[in-house]
Amino acid sequence: MIKIKHLTKKYDDLAAVDDISLEINEGEILGFLGPNGAGKTTTMKILTGFMAPTKGTIEFDDLDIVEDSIKIREKIGYLPENNPLYEDMKVYEYLAFIGRVRGMDRSTLLKRMKEMIELAGLKNVIKQPIIELSKGYRQRVGIAQAMLHDPEILILDEPTSGLDPNQIVEIRSLIKKLGEKKTVILCSHIMQEVQATCDRVIIIADGKIVGQGTPQELTASATGNDSMYVKIKGDADKILEEVGKLDNVVEIVKADKESEDVRGYKLSIMSGSDIREELFKLAITNNWSILESKKEAVSLEDVFRKLTKN
Amino acid sequence: MRWQKIKSIFKKEFVSYFNSPIAYIFIGVFLVVSMWLFFQDFFLLGQASIRSYLSLLPWIFLFLTPAITMRLWSEEKRSGTIEILLTLPIKDSEVVMGKFLSSLAFLAVNLLLSLTLPITVAILGSLDLGPVIGGYLGALFLGAAYLSLGLYISSLTRNQIVAFLLAVVASFILFIIGSSMVVDSVSLWLAKILSFIGLGSHFANIAKGVLDSRDIIYYITFILFFLFLNTKALSTRHWK
Repeated sequence: MIKIKHLTKKYDDLAAVDDISLEINEGEILGFLGPNGAGKTTTMKILTGFMAPTKGTIEFDDLDIVEDSIKIREKIGYLPENNPLYEDMKVYEYLAFIGRVRGMDRSTLLKRMKEMIELAGLKNVIKQPIIELSKGYRQRVGIAQAMLHDPEILILDEPTSGLDPNQIVEIRSLIKKLGEKKTVILCSHIMQEVQATCDRVIIIADGKIVGQGTPQELTASATGNDSMYVKIKGDADKILEEVGKLDNVVEIVKADKESEDVRGYKLSIMSGSDIREELFKLAITNNWSILESKKEAVSLEDVFRKLTKN
Repeated sequence: MRWQKIKSIFKKEFVSYFNSPIAYIFIGVFLVVSMWLFFQDFFLLGQASIRSYLSLLPWIFLFLTPAITMRLWSEEKRSGTIEILLTLPIKDSEVVMGKFLSSLAFLAVNLLLSLTLPITVAILGSLDLGPVIGGYLGALFLGAAYLSLGLYISSLTRNQIVAFLLAVVASFILFIIGSSMVVDSVSLWLAKILSFIGLGSHFANIAKGVLDSRDIIYYITFILFFLFLNTKALSTRHWK
């Protein structure tokens, strides 16, 4: 649906976006993940037609981002970074204004406004000036604004920044719900958010794509070893020595200490291997007690850190 | 340009003047200051003429119009709403036009309310209507020219105060280069050019009741020029 080819944006000589190519499919929730200043927001600004790229093209179906900017903008709903709003307007005035600029007729506008107010839970605040709203409500107004004309593509730049945990969960489930019917592009530097909502993730750093795939694919490809945590009662030096000798164990280190002979250990094991049984047998022969054992999944966080560190 | 789009911007901007108390304070100050300046020697002179009022208007406008236009773009830039506005399916030129027309409408409201002045004078004595109509028309054109300039300047900064001050200075310069003080003190060929460029000399003609198409064309060209520059200033965000 959207084809980005060799997209480059330079501010003076500094490349904020450096030769990005990717395709965005219809109906997917695509996460743009990257540290602050990685070029996410710049990419979004180009996608929405706010800025022109230095090099490269973006095509929406067969429309070109520069030539057919107005037509493309009609298809897009956009929540910019920091969610700017006309603060002196009341909520319903603001939505009506957006609808009118979008060329919606009166009856459609009223109908859509009702739906949006319902969807975003704005019923209690529609007559309030936006400046008086809490951050959570402002964010919902921003999302309602982006959704008002029922766009094919929804671009959300850091939609949950500054919200409290309850609001974050709410907004995420709202995005999930929208993503069932729409193409959603979500920018974030928060891993859990992307992991929780997105079908596919693009990780960018310094303006370049450094990784992409489903959250599962990314975590799988990130590391050769799995990691595991065990808590064993027994002599620490003996445990380190014996467990270290096991076939699939790459490394074992002390993690935490509960008492002199009860300690937690962090194991790095060959990926795909399972040492629980061997470990159990080993414990029996040495008369240790295994008090706790769990496999630690590599999170997208680790992938992210690994990919964006250099 | 599509009128429906321009209208949507116009409506929003025009209403937002009255959403804040600033508009009312503004109208109040304008009326009080202009009336006071006019009436302080009106009864001494004893003439049923608003000539002195009309000659004051350009100077009052010098501060009035930059105050009307200062926030129109700078506030959008400061708060980031420009990113919402310019990613809506609307052309930059349509937004510029909508904003300009709203500021002009607000100025027209001010002028309309100040009609109480010629009405008062007409009650007190016999007022010649020709110069009044000409004067108000001239004031509207002059005001529109100031507004287009102020709107353009507002698009260059994210700070309202800077926009205000720069617009005052720019309007002042463009006004006085056509005034007799400047024109009389330079060589003849330069004087001709300056009096043509200057905003003030054209106003003087209209205020006298002389409606010359050249003055009208001058003002319209001036306005379109700055609206065009404004659109260009917005498109700098597309620079590669």
